[in-house]
Amino acid sequence: MTAGAAVQPARIRFDRVSVDYATAAGPLTVVDDVSFDIRNGEFVSVIGPSGCGKTTMMNIVAGFVKPDRGRVLLDGEPIAGPGPERGVIFQEYGVFPWLTVEQNIAFGLTLAANRAPQRERREVCERCMALMGLSDFAGAYPKTLSGGMRQRLAIARAYAVKPQFLLMDEPFGALDAQTRSNMQDLLLQVLAAEGKTVMLITHSVEEAIYLSSRIVVATARPARIREIVDVPFAYPRDEALHERADFGELRSHIRDLVMQEYAAQQRQVARNVN
Amino acid sequence: MPSRSDSSPWRTGALVLAPWLAILLLWYAVAYSGLVNPALLPKPHQVFARFRELLADRLPLDIWMSTQRVFMGVTLGIVLAVPVGFLLGWYQGVRTFIDPVINFFRALPPIALIPLVIVYFGIGEVAKVVILFYASFFAGVIVMYEGIAQISPLYVRVARTLGATDGEIFRKVILPLTVPHMLTALRVALGVAWATLVASELIAAQQGLGALIQNASSFFQLDIVYLGIICIGFIALAMDTALRMVARRLVSWQERIA
Ligand SMILES: Nc1ncnc2c1ncn2[C@@H]1O[C@H](COP(=O)(O)OP(=O)(O)OP(=O)(O)O)[C@@H](O)[C@H]1O
Ligand SMILES: [Mg+2]
Repeated sequence: MTAGAAVQPARIRFDRVSVDYATAAGPLTVVDDVSFDIRNGEFVSVIGPSGCGKTTMMNIVAGFVKPDRGRVLLDGEPIAGPGPERGVIFQEYGVFPWLTVEQNIAFGLTLAANRAPQRERREVCERCMALMGLSDFAGAYPKTLSGGMRQRLAIARAYAVKPQFLLMDEPFGALDAQTRSNMQDLLLQVLAAEGKTVMLITHSVEEAIYLSSRIVVATARPARIREIVDVPFAYPRDEALHERADFGELRSHIRDLVMQEYAAQQRQVARNVN
Repeated sequence: MPSRSDSSPWRTGALVLAPWLAILLLWYAVAYSGLVNPALLPKPHQVFARFRELLADRLPLDIWMSTQRVFMGVTLGIVLAVPVGFLLGWYQGVRTFIDPVINFFRALPPIALIPLVIVYFGIGEVAKVVILFYASFFAGVIVMYEGIAQISPLYVRVARTLGATDGEIFRKVILPLTVPHMLTALRVALGVAWATLVASELIAAQQGLGALIQNASSFFQLDIVYLGIICIGFIALAMDTALRMVARRLVSWQERIA
């Protein structure tokens, strides 16, 4: 990964993007005039109050939501729909319960879009399982896996089709603190082995700093850009980073921004109640 | 489902038999209490004696005919209920206006339809199968479409992000998720079909458990009526148990076993 590679062209470009949802009370703007770029090999996190429109932003890149104004470009082209070059890791995991761990990982490789011969399929599966520590559970059904294992399985499945982009929506939100921290380190290791361009949505300031090369702080709904923060720490990173003074400073800066937006959201709610 | 390891086969066997024994005891208790006129309530051993007598006589053919009719009716009903339930479950738009129609026909008791069935299908085998088909179809179709409508769109989305085409999503995501609902629909349809059997055999049937019950009732042979009812219950139970065992195999991935 290359932090702050300013010379490279944007791989994902948000260009004055707005999204309105039709609701019973009329149109609701959830994303408002958002512009930013994600360059090759960057790890960009989006952080902001709950319900502000982060998932909506990710769903545009994933190809599930169309912007009402502005556009999102993928390597210069408008996004037409979902595609295997963009691996999506959903907050609810979405591992296929009727398939074993190995079959889940192989799923993408059995599709016409990325069909691989049997032998290669087995190799990829084995490598992904080893990478994610799932090798001993190849034949297990998801119902027998823990939350952390399901999360790793979801990542392994997305990885198996070799996406260039990884879109992750609060992937570690449901995990306990220790598992979460392990998963973060695992993700960093995996990304160091094969670089990807990553967009991560998270609620955790700590996690955003630890993983990202850049952080987009969004406002309370509708999501606008509050600030884009560069994270200056070089990869590879390890746990010791959390203890550094400049990490602490960055953390309090971003935490302040996020708290202010939560306060703004509270005021909105209070206004709507009255 | 992991079963608790402390339940020995003996214990399980005893637990399965206990309620049946209780029913038997209650039956005897009522029969000997004098609360009911003995002519109106045969005792279990009398029914059993009848059973042995008829087993050498018409009972095997009755069971065979009824089972065959139920089998035909349910097979045809489910073969149609699966695709129709599928369409209704998948296309929300279609459901809004087809739903009332389905519920209208589902509410009609099959007995009420018998005169019409006789007019249009005569009094042969076809007429009986039509009644059972009707009952199975409407029971099955509801289970199917409720099940399909509850399939999480998340799995479809995941498959799309991995590059699946519409056809692949159907074959590799929707179909496997449909299997448990098909099995449930089959179980419900079988239950309903057995419950409708006597009505279907009201149509000039000579053989069949329903016919057996009706003939016996016109001669006031209550022990045979009891026997026929018990036979229907046990055959339905046996079929359901067999289906559940198949289901357990086929959908062992499910968190809850249907
Ligand atoms: N399909 C939809 N139709 C109408 N409104 C929607 C739809 N999807 C989301 N919304 C609304 O848009 C807003 C933003 O939703 P979104 O899921 O993008 O938020 P989020 O930032 O991801 O929140 P969280 O952090 O809680 O996951 C919410 O107020 C939500 O109620
Ligand atoms: Mg969200």
